[in-house]
Amino acid sequence: MKATDILGLAGAGTVLLVMFEMLRRHRLREKYAVLWCVVAVAVVAVALVPGLLQGMADVVGVEVPANLLFFLASMVLLLLSVQLSYELGRLEEKTRTLAEEVALLRLEVEQQRTGDTP
Amino acid sequence: MRGMNQPSDARVLVIVPAWNEQGSVAATVEEIRATNPTVDVLVVDDGSLDATAAEAARAGALVCRLPFNVGVGGAMRAGYRYAIRHDYDVAVQIDADGQHDPRFLAKLQHRLEDADVVIGARFAEGSQTYHASFPRRAAMRMLASVMSRRAGTRLTDVTSGYRVANRRAMEVFAAHYPAEYLGDTVESLVIALRCGCSVTQEPVDMRPRTVGEASQTPVKAAVYLARVFVALFLSLVRRPPRELRAMWRESR
Repeated sequence: MKATDILGLAGAGTVLLVMFEMLRRHRLREKYAVLWCVVAVAVVAVALVPGLLQGMADVVGVEVPANLLFFLASMVLLLLSVQLSYELGRLEEKTRTLAEEVALLRLEVEQQRTGDTP
Repeated sequence: MRGMNQPSDARVLVIVPAWNEQGSVAATVEEIRATNPTVDVLVVDDGSLDATAAEAARAGALVCRLPFNVGVGGAMRAGYRYAIRHDYDVAVQIDADGQHDPRFLAKLQHRLEDADVVIGARFAEGSQTYHASFPRRAAMRMLASVMSRRAGTRLTDVTSGYRVANRRAMEVFAAHYPAEYLGDTVESLVIALRCGCSVTQEPVDMRPRTVGEASQTPVKAAVYLARVFVALFLSLVRRPPRELRAMWRESR
């Protein structure tokens, strides 16, 4: 086993451990953890089966297998940040709706209290 | 339904979105109430950090206070929701900076006879030849031509924040009102049009803002042109928001 494989295994192991601990402490929702666990398992597979990455690189015609790894890693990160932007936008929209609703309710309450409902 | 829009018997709500406007909001509210004694005025305080809400209440307006700043679009949607829930027949938007002259309100409201949204337009006759830079004029020309074509009538000032809406348009705006830049003006009009509302304009005289006009460097004007282009393009190709799918389909 090469040093780089051990590095990969250690990285994947750390990710899995952190995911598990965060889930255990209710700090992470399953839908996000699943994704990272899939990534970590894939890294473990690549580290344990040296022929896997080489084989995939041959299939898609990438000469240096590590480049395929970089490409896949950057795609995963890109898609993930897009996903986060999407979630953020949804949350902003929900917060805005709630803020409007709170403002209207507050007005209703004040009107009830002073008794001058129009 | 149309009869309800007669200035005499319609219940009118003037919505005034205000963000840190303590200096002008009271005067604006007082002027609206003085020139249009039968209307109700709702000031939507968009998370102001100054005394906007207190000033508005002192001037006799209903005040709805958003807990933090959500933008004109959010303030207006809250206002339209209030109008729908309290059965108003007509909702008017007037900015808090005193730029919109409320004496034109009756004139604008009268046009609801043949339209669902009436815009109080500044440069209707090209009267105020407003010395703007080239990109700025290009942006305004592009907006005017695209929006006029969509509306089937001449619209010269679609970014005006002075507008009157009847019940039908209020329902569209209460369901969905974009909060992004230019969304509260341009995109909301496109949405109204795509939901089958008719839009027209009526010339009004605008007063200079009490607070200084935004500085116009060529770079800023170019950025403005780009943003107008993107906002306009997006508004024209966007799928209907979920809340409006039914209305959108009906109008096809």
